[in-house]
Amino acid sequence: MTEAKSKIAERQVNESKKPILEIKNLKISFNGKAVLTDTSLTLNEGENLVVLGKSGTGKSVLIKCVVGLLIPDAGTIKVFDTDMTSLNKKQFSQMRQKIGFLFQNGALYDSMTIKQNLEFPLVRLMKDLSKKERESKIVTALENVGLPDVLNKMPSELSGGQRKRVSLARTIIVDPLIMLYDEPTTGLDPVTSDEISQLINDIQKQLKTSSIIITHDLRCAQQTADRIMMLDEGVIHMEGTMEEFEKSDDPLVNAFFNANIN
Amino acid sequence: MEKVKRVAKAIPRIRDATIHSVKKLSDKTLHKKEEASNFLTDFANAILFVNLVIKETFSREFEFKEFLRQCYMIGNKTLPLISVTGAIMGLVLTIQSRPVLVEFGAESMLPGMVAISLIREMGPVITALIFAGKIGSGMGAELGSMKVTEQIDAMEVSSTNPIRFLVVTRALAATLMLPILVLYADALGILGSWAAANIKGDVTLSLFFRQAFGSIGFIDLIPAIIKTFLFGAVIGFVGTYKGYNAGRGTESVGVAANSAVVLGSLLVLVVDMIAVQITDMFV
Repeated sequence: MTEAKSKIAERQVNESKKPILEIKNLKISFNGKAVLTDTSLTLNEGENLVVLGKSGTGKSVLIKCVVGLLIPDAGTIKVFDTDMTSLNKKQFSQMRQKIGFLFQNGALYDSMTIKQNLEFPLVRLMKDLSKKERESKIVTALENVGLPDVLNKMPSELSGGQRKRVSLARTIIVDPLIMLYDEPTTGLDPVTSDEISQLINDIQKQLKTSSIIITHDLRCAQQTADRIMMLDEGVIHMEGTMEEFEKSDDPLVNAFFNANIN
Repeated sequence: MEKVKRVAKAIPRIRDATIHSVKKLSDKTLHKKEEASNFLTDFANAILFVNLVIKETFSREFEFKEFLRQCYMIGNKTLPLISVTGAIMGLVLTIQSRPVLVEFGAESMLPGMVAISLIREMGPVITALIFAGKIGSGMGAELGSMKVTEQIDAMEVSSTNPIRFLVVTRALAATLMLPILVLYADALGILGSWAAANIKGDVTLSLFFRQAFGSIGFIDLIPAIIKTFLFGAVIGFVGTYKGYNAGRGTESVGVAANSAVVLGSLLVLVVDMIAVQITDMFV
């Protein structure tokens, strides 16, 4: 079975699975400028959903609304059938523990070592763990991203790719059920980008996570997507598989794909 | 007739010039209105920020470990600078005032005069200004760069309240550490003064200190200590507020650091002026 066929098969399986994240009619504007005008999407259990789009179309804004970093003007966000917009601060914080967020530049805490960076969410979100269990989790998380030897280093001593891996380790260490990746391969060389894409797939398989991957990198989309959505001017312009996108004669999709190939 | 023609010709020019002037005035008024509105918004935001910080300070989930780390960092970072500044303050004050006191035959009043000047005014204000430059700017730059690189967002996503972890700990550490640093600077200042007094005179350390402390009363010490708490709080709040509310671009880190120092120093002087007025009512 080819990789494309296996992705189609996976998609059919995913479609039959229940939705775990539903965004409906999301609207948000900044200083009077509408960024998301009427965005709706559904993420099914166990799937990798890639959201493509040009810069400034509101891709990052979309996932930042999910974790409460931005407050939408209108619309609903349901995570495991719970409307996130109707929760109080404490309930929201509890729901957010189920969501992991990988930031575009890693967002590692500069003043802390890698160990302290990974310990930070553990101490706060998994308070019952003993010191030994915490240390074991840190080592496992770093091994999962292929960096077992950086424990006592500072973030400034790592390369861009390593920082992203460590950031990924910090995100998965608290066992999230949903992963949100904000431009995971931006600023990386093609080899490191491929490694990160592979890691995204590995995490999906190992931890059984469902993911939304925000990117404009077609290679990353090809390697990770079960389903793709294209965002344009605040609305979902097209939805389908990679194959459907490649065969599409939509001018916007063509322009995006041709520009990426060139 | 010629005159009428000239006047008629000039009318459109005058009309255009008037419209232009009115438009310019209107633009200026709008700009000023916008500036005033921005200032008021900023002021309201600062009040809300202080309110939020005070509320989080008394939260049950106080970040004690981070608070201790900040106390150590703030004290440790400023200690060498405060040591040098304190000693120089006493030294310079003594060298400048000694000849005048000698002229009036009041040389024996030198230790008391230096001690009162240092403890009441020079020690707190100069140490606070140095502190604002070193710690206030550091807070502005650190939190500003954390904002730009999304570290504050990452903290929030990890279900950690960034106000509690970053702001409360720093503002509180600044409030508590500055009075200690001021007392230390005062002590070094008196030591510096003794060293300066010995350049041209001969006085033992114990005699100098006895005379210095003999002239200090509670009314000199207590208001000075109270106002240093206020100085520390002002510097801590301004530094963290400017950093926490920095823009998203890299240039905003510099702006945050710079405005933290400028506004922090200015507010220290304003608070000092008010504190002196209040103290004066009780003396």
